[in-house]
Amino acid sequence: MKLTLKIWRQKDANDKGRFVTYQVDDVSPDMSFLEMLDVLNESLIHKGEDPVAFDHDCREGICGMCSLFINGKPHGPEQTTTCQLHMRSFKDGDTIVIEPWRAKPFPVVKDLVVDRSAFDRIIQAGGYISVNTGSAQDANNIPIPKDKASEAFDAATCIGCGACVAACKNASAMLFVAAKVSHLALLPQGDPERAIRVSKMVAQMDAEGFGACTNTGACEAECPKGISVKNIARLNREFLRAKFIEEVDKPLEELAEGK
Amino acid sequence: MSTVATDIKLDAKIPEGPLAEKWEKHKFNIKLVNPANKRKYDIIVVGTGLAGASAAATLAELGYNVKAFCFQDSPRRAHSIAAQGGINAAKNYQGDGDSIFRLFYDTIKGGDYRSREANVYRLAQVSVNIIDQAVAQGVPFAREYGGLLANRSFGGAQVSRTFYAKGQTGQQLLLGAYSALMRQVAAGKVQLFPRTELLDVVLVDGKARGIVARNLITGKIESHSAHAVVLATGGYGNVFYLSTNAMGSNGSAAWRAYKKGALFANPCFTQIHPTCIPVSGHYQSKLTLMSESLRNDGRVWVPKTVEDAEKIRRGELNPNDLPEDRRDYYLERKYPSFGNLVPRDVASRNAKYVCDEGRGVGPTGLAVFLDFRDAIKRDGRAVIEAKYGNLFDMYMRITGENPYEVPMKIYPAVHYTMGGLWVDYNLMTTIPGLYAIGECNFSDHGANRLGASALMQGLADGYFILPYTIGDYLARMPYDKVPTTHPAFKDAEREVENRIKKLLSINGKRTVDEFHRELGKIMWDYCGMSRNAEGLTKAREMVVKLREEFWSDLKMVGVNEEFNQTLEKALRVADFFELAELMIIDALHRNESCGGHFREEYQTPDGEALRNDEEYAYVAAWQYTGDGNEPVLHKEPLVFENVKLTQRSYK
Repeated sequence: MKLTLKIWRQKDANDKGRFVTYQVDDVSPDMSFLEMLDVLNESLIHKGEDPVAFDHDCREGICGMCSLFINGKPHGPEQTTTCQLHMRSFKDGDTIVIEPWRAKPFPVVKDLVVDRSAFDRIIQAGGYISVNTGSAQDANNIPIPKDKASEAFDAATCIGCGACVAACKNASAMLFVAAKVSHLALLPQGDPERAIRVSKMVAQMDAEGFGACTNTGACEAECPKGISVKNIARLNREFLRAKFIEEVDKPLEELAEGK
Repeated sequence: MSTVATDIKLDAKIPEGPLAEKWEKHKFNIKLVNPANKRKYDIIVVGTGLAGASAAATLAELGYNVKAFCFQDSPRRAHSIAAQGGINAAKNYQGDGDSIFRLFYDTIKGGDYRSREANVYRLAQVSVNIIDQAVAQGVPFAREYGGLLANRSFGGAQVSRTFYAKGQTGQQLLLGAYSALMRQVAAGKVQLFPRTELLDVVLVDGKARGIVARNLITGKIESHSAHAVVLATGGYGNVFYLSTNAMGSNGSAAWRAYKKGALFANPCFTQIHPTCIPVSGHYQSKLTLMSESLRNDGRVWVPKTVEDAEKIRRGELNPNDLPEDRRDYYLERKYPSFGNLVPRDVASRNAKYVCDEGRGVGPTGLAVFLDFRDAIKRDGRAVIEAKYGNLFDMYMRITGENPYEVPMKIYPAVHYTMGGLWVDYNLMTTIPGLYAIGECNFSDHGANRLGASALMQGLADGYFILPYTIGDYLARMPYDKVPTTHPAFKDAEREVENRIKKLLSINGKRTVDEFHRELGKIMWDYCGMSRNAEGLTKAREMVVKLREEFWSDLKMVGVNEEFNQTLEKALRVADFFELAELMIIDALHRNESCGGHFREEYQTPDGEALRNDEEYAYVAAWQYTGDGNEPVLHKEPLVFENVKLTQRSYK
């Protein structure tokens, strides 16, 4: 196949950036999308030009490092990660537009590489169960119904790639936050910190500058792991529940001061 | 002449006493750092996979100040995330006769008797704590309807001791360790350095006191000082270019430690996994594993004749139309009792043999069929779909072929490296204060790792072993910090800067990937699934020659002071070129076959691996003595007091 690529090039975070057009020939339908970019980069290096920077690591759809906004869709036309997208999804002569994730909380590092450390900071705010190594009881002391465990697992399969944010017109990170809040709220081990966790994670999400959710469902449609928007409903419920608990538990002085 | 002292006495520091009591006694005997003093010590942990993240989190919980480094954009990306099958633990929840001793025994035997008894026993002991810890963190393991944990069986074991979370066990365990790590970042006990890559280990007065690292965004070369350094940087399977490892996985941290004096053990022990999706073209960048459970129902075959194979390769013959009497079900033919379920190394080696004979299939001729036709005929499509549906979907996505209708094509791929930095019972390398954990060390898997044991070892080292043993070392260390202005840091920084300058100044014609691909091919052809002295000798010459070309004909772009992925790759590949030679030297010296190391000269009359316990029941630990000098071999004899050495047979 022969393809025309319009790729976003941006030297660093301060550069304005622009689209540059490249032609690639000899593209095999069996290539993965990233291998097609490898071939382009090899030819650029041979010409002494700067290859296109893009994030990738495991190339088997699980590490969440690859990204790319392809023809207006995160991870391209199929519901999978870019590394698992193959060129047989395109036709000879196609023009493909490749951009980085576009969201303010994900600043561009270079070309198609963005900084997603905001996600790490959201997890730091409370996306864990506070248990020190060595203090755990026997694993089978806490029976967990199979369907609850499966539901928690489904939420926990989020790979943190950021496609949900890129897909959302508001650049909302609700699906990412909801996946972690759901995973831990569904399990008895997560119960003691349930209220504080959701409050802190949502506060951090807001502080990072992610937008609000307006229920378009674009996140679920583009999530390579198929994380359900039902988790967002659960996040809203957990958040509200936490607010009530906060109201009740707040020291009287603070309430009196109208805080 | 080398100026390095080579009169090292390797001391594994294995505690005295009966096997089952060694670890408990050792924990009691080692020195402790009191809680108030722990905050006076800084520890660097490089790598944030299962071993690194669990170690960094646990050390921080204990009160140490931790600096955690990874080259990815987030610690959650480390390649442990890709592990599929499960994690072993001697819980005996199924009541099927499992025990700590049985897990120990299976691991020693599976490793073909080339690992240390005391380490493996301890691994089996702490395996049970790992499951408790993971569940407490909220890791959503598979469960039965009664709410208790589910188990499945795995290769090399006759009990069900593998805990799993669908085919994403590594992901769930890593996210558990990552969440523990993030909690300590929030608590201010761990400082995180993502997109930062170690380029050297810094020694002061013979002790590991820090690292020099490159900020991958700015290119800035930065020094970090500490009281101890922990390497949790994984394996070096990417020396072969194509492997199931992540693109960024590399051996540089271990290699830099080796060049600073840490001994490198059993570098030639690599695991080749038999069921991977074959290479589809020269542009191929990595290989994807398909769970080996497929061999329960799939039949492995190739055409009997080269002519038929050629026709299939050219697309002139549909494999479904090839009559039964022109097919060779070679595993069933050669191993009638185990058939398609022979262990990984045997299955891999035989696939290579038939492809070498020209009977391979697929466009490149490097594939064999894994055929579900008979299973579908026998059980119906619905049964096969229920068992393997997700794997078939993944296969279809990658290859574009429907395995319900045409036989699947598979080929072995490099998957794991059992070799690594030599460590003693405390997981310390031969450099005081430098530790190696997880796949980065050599300690527990001998010459072959069993399935579902990599996750176990990484977490055992990180959660339950290192956090104890490192205290014994630190308790003897003064609190004073070495400033990064110390000449040792400045020398290391200069050395790193010179290496980068040298790479960037080569004005050649071939790209890093072109060199890496060529290096990988040499290693795969001569130091892969089966090896012989003649081929290894030739391979060594080829690697040395190619390495010279690399340093004179490399095409580089860009500068150091920027986000430069080409430079990142070049630095890693430069180290792979040196490590490759050591792997060959080790493979050449070990005149026996064991586990993943199959030397064609040493096989039984039926073509199986033939160990030589008289002469080679030792760990081969290699010492660096300067560029261009031969490395010096040190032997740690392996003493087996609790298991009897036997010959494996799968006929």
